[in-house]
Amino acid sequence: MSTTLLIISKTLLLMVVLLPLLGAVLAGLFGRQIGRVGSHAITIAGVAASFLLSSYVMWQLLQGAAPFNENLYTWFQVGGIEANVGFMVDKLTAMMMVVVTFVSLLVHIYTIGYMAEDDGYQRFFSYISLFTFSMLMLVMSNNFLQLFFGWEAVGLVSYLLIGFWSKRPSAIFANLKAFLVNRVGDFGFLLGIAGVLFWIGTLDYATAFANAPTIRDTTVTIFAGTEWSVATIICIGLFVGAMGKSAQVPLHVWLPDSMEGPTPISALIHAATMVTAGIFMVARMSPIFELSPTALNFILFIGATTAFWTGLIGMVQNDIKRVVAYSTLSQLGYMTVALGLSAYSAAVYHLMTHAFFKALLFLAAGSVIIGMHHEQDMRKMGGLRKYMPITFITSLIGTLALVGTPFFSGFYSKDIIIEAAHHHASVHAGWVAQYANFAVLLGAFVTSFYSFRLLYMTFFGEERFRDAHAHDTHVHEASAHDTHHVDTHADDDHHDARGQHGVHEPHESPWVVTVPLILLAIPSVLIGFLTVGPMLFGTDMLGHEKQLPFFLGAIDVLKENDVIAKLADDFHGPIAFALHGLTAPAFFLALMGFLLATLLYLVKPEWRAGITRTLAWPIRVLENKYGFDDLWVGGFAGGSVKLGKLSRAFDSKLIDGVAVNGSAATVGFVAGLVRKLQSGYLYHYAFAMILGLVALLALANHYWT
Amino acid sequence: MNTLVSALTLGHFLALGAVLFSISLAGIFLNRKNVIMLLMSIELMLLAVNVNFVAFSRSLGDPAGQVFVFFILTVAAAEAAIGLAILVTLFRNRRTIDVADIDTLKG
Repeated sequence: MSTTLLIISKTLLLMVVLLPLLGAVLAGLFGRQIGRVGSHAITIAGVAASFLLSSYVMWQLLQGAAPFNENLYTWFQVGGIEANVGFMVDKLTAMMMVVVTFVSLLVHIYTIGYMAEDDGYQRFFSYISLFTFSMLMLVMSNNFLQLFFGWEAVGLVSYLLIGFWSKRPSAIFANLKAFLVNRVGDFGFLLGIAGVLFWIGTLDYATAFANAPTIRDTTVTIFAGTEWSVATIICIGLFVGAMGKSAQVPLHVWLPDSMEGPTPISALIHAATMVTAGIFMVARMSPIFELSPTALNFILFIGATTAFWTGLIGMVQNDIKRVVAYSTLSQLGYMTVALGLSAYSAAVYHLMTHAFFKALLFLAAGSVIIGMHHEQDMRKMGGLRKYMPITFITSLIGTLALVGTPFFSGFYSKDIIIEAAHHHASVHAGWVAQYANFAVLLGAFVTSFYSFRLLYMTFFGEERFRDAHAHDTHVHEASAHDTHHVDTHADDDHHDARGQHGVHEPHESPWVVTVPLILLAIPSVLIGFLTVGPMLFGTDMLGHEKQLPFFLGAIDVLKENDVIAKLADDFHGPIAFALHGLTAPAFFLALMGFLLATLLYLVKPEWRAGITRTLAWPIRVLENKYGFDDLWVGGFAGGSVKLGKLSRAFDSKLIDGVAVNGSAATVGFVAGLVRKLQSGYLYHYAFAMILGLVALLALANHYWT
Repeated sequence: MNTLVSALTLGHFLALGAVLFSISLAGIFLNRKNVIMLLMSIELMLLAVNVNFVAFSRSLGDPAGQVFVFFILTVAAAEAAIGLAILVTLFRNRRTIDVADIDTLKG
C-alpha cells in the first residue's frame, strides 16, 4: 500500500465540511431559482460526497493512518490566546463524521417524501445541510472555541427547525423553549471553557489534554472556607453544557417539545446527532474528566436519573413522536451513565448504535404519520401493519434493537452499559453507584414496555382510524392541548382535498421514505455484532485475537477507572456475549416489559381501564412529567416574569411614585395647606403684620443687649 | 396747672397712645363692613404714634420728635387722599366697599 493513502488530506477534510455548507447556501439563498428538484439534488449531492469522504477518512484511519491534527486558519490572536480554525480527526471523530453524514444523507432523501407538500421545501433542505455542516464543525474541531461555534450553530439550526412551521404557536413556544434551555446549559459550558483557558491556559485540545494533569491538585476558594478542585469545576461546567445539549434532567424539558418540528428533523437532530453532541464532547474531554471523580459521580447520578425516570414518562404518552422522544431521553441517559462510569467508549458506542436505530424509529414514525395523513395520535391508529408492511418491519427491527434483543445492535451497546454499571456498583459502595445500577437495569423493563406499546398501538389491534372522526371530540378533550393544532393542521390539508369527511385509508409511503428505513434497518441489526469487539474490547470482529483498542489516543481512561477493560476479560466474542445476555437480568426485565405490553395492548386491552383507574395518581404524575415543565415554564420563566413585574412595580411605584411624584405631591400638599392662610382679607394680613411686629418687638426686647 | 402738669407723667401719654393704637387695631380687624373704617383706623393709628412722639419729645426736651409729627401729618394727609381715591376706583369697579367682599387675593 502506498504511503500517500495513509495520510489524511487537509483538502479532503475541508471538502467534508464545506460541501454541506455550499449546499445549504445554494438551497437557502437561491432556492427559488434552482427550484425544488435543484435544491434537494444539490444538498443531497453535498452530503453524499461528505459521507463518502468521511468513510474514506475512516478507512484510512483503520488502515493505520496517523490522526490528523492541524490548524488551518488563525482567526485572531490576542496576547497569549490564539483562536484557530482547525481539525482534529482521530477514530472518535471519524466515527462521528460517518454516523452524522450517513444519517443526514438518509434524512435528506427521506425528506423528499416527507416534505413533498410543504411550501418551505428548499428552506428545509438548506437547514438540514447547514445542520450537517455545523455538526461536522463541532465534531472535527481541534479546539474549544470552534467546538463552541459548532455547539451554538447546531443549537441555532435546531431552533430554526423546531420552529419550522412558524405559524403554529406551539412550535414557536417549543423552539423558544429549546433555545432558552440550551442557553442555560451553554452558560455552564462557557464557564467550563473559561476554566480550561484560565487554569490550563490554552484552548487547543492536544495541549489542554497534555497539560490537564497539572491541575489535578489545584484548588480554588469559591466561598470562604471551602476549597474546590479546579478539575471538578471545569468538568461540571462542561457537563452542564452537555446536559443542555444532550437533554439530561433537569434540562431535558426542551426535547419532547422539539417534536413540534418536522419528523426528519426529530430523527436527525433530536435523536441521532445533535443531542449526542454532549456525549461526544464529554468523551472527547475524557482526559480532563478523568481528573475529577466528583464530577464523574455527578454525571453518573444525572445520567441514571434521566435513563430511568424519563423512560417512565414515555409509558403514558399518546403522541407517537413523543414516545420516541422520551425513549431518546432515556437512551441519552444510558450514554451519560456510561460517561459517569468512565466507560467513555461504551457511551460513544451506544451513541453510534442508537443513532441508527433511533433515526430508524423516528423515520418510521414519520412514515406512519405520512400514511395517516399527518395524524400523530396513536389512539387513532392501530392495525397499520397490513397497510404499511415495510414501515412495520423496519419499526419492528428498530424496536428490537432499542429494547436490547440479543444479537441486535442495541443489545451490545446497552448491555455493556448495564454490565459496566453493575461492575461499578460492585466495586464502589457509594449510593450513586447502586442507584445507577438499578436505574439502568429497571430502564430495560421500561424501554421494552413503551417500545412495544408503541408498536402495538400503531400496527396491531383494531383499526381505530376508521372511527377516529366519530370520537373526534372525545379524543380532543382527552388529548394534551399541544396535539390539537396537529389535528387541525391535518384536517385543513387533507379534508378539503377529498372534499368529504370519509375515512383515510393509510397507505405505504413512497420509496424515498422506505429506502432510508431499509438502509437504517441494516446497521440497526448488524453494526453491534460487527463492531463490539474492535470498538470496545480491542479484539477482532469475532473476539478471538487481540488488537489495538479502537479509541486508543482518542479516549483516555485512568487504569483504575477502566471498567471496559475489566469487562473485556470476560468477552469471548459477540456470539458468546449475546448468549450470555440471554441469561442476564436485563434481558428478563426487557422480556417482562414485552409481555406486559403484549398483555395490555394486544391480548387483554380491556384490562387497561382498570389499571388506569388503580394507578390514576402515578399516571397523572407521569403525564405532568413530574412537574418539570411547570417548574421551568411556571417556576423559572414565570418567576423571571414575576421578578420583572416586581422590578417594574418597584420602579413605577417606589421610584416614580414615592421619590419623584411623591416629592411633587408633598410640595403640592404643603402648598394646599399654606394657601388656606391666604384668606384674601386685608384685615387678616394687617393682623398678621401686627402680630409679627409684636413678636419681633418681644424678641428684640428680650435679646437686645 | 402745675400740679396737673406734674401729675401727667410720660406714662400717661404713652398709655393714651397705646389705647389709641389698640382701638385702631381693633377697628382694623373687627371691622367687617367698610373700607372707609379701615382708612380711618389707620389714621387713628398714626395719631397714636404722633402722641408717642410728642410725649417723648417733651419728656426728653428734644424737638426732633415734634418735627417728625409734622412729617407724619403731611404723609397722613397725602395717604388719606390716595386712599380715598383708591376707594372711589374700587367702588366704581366692584360696586361695593364691603371688606368681606374684597378677597381676590384669596389662595
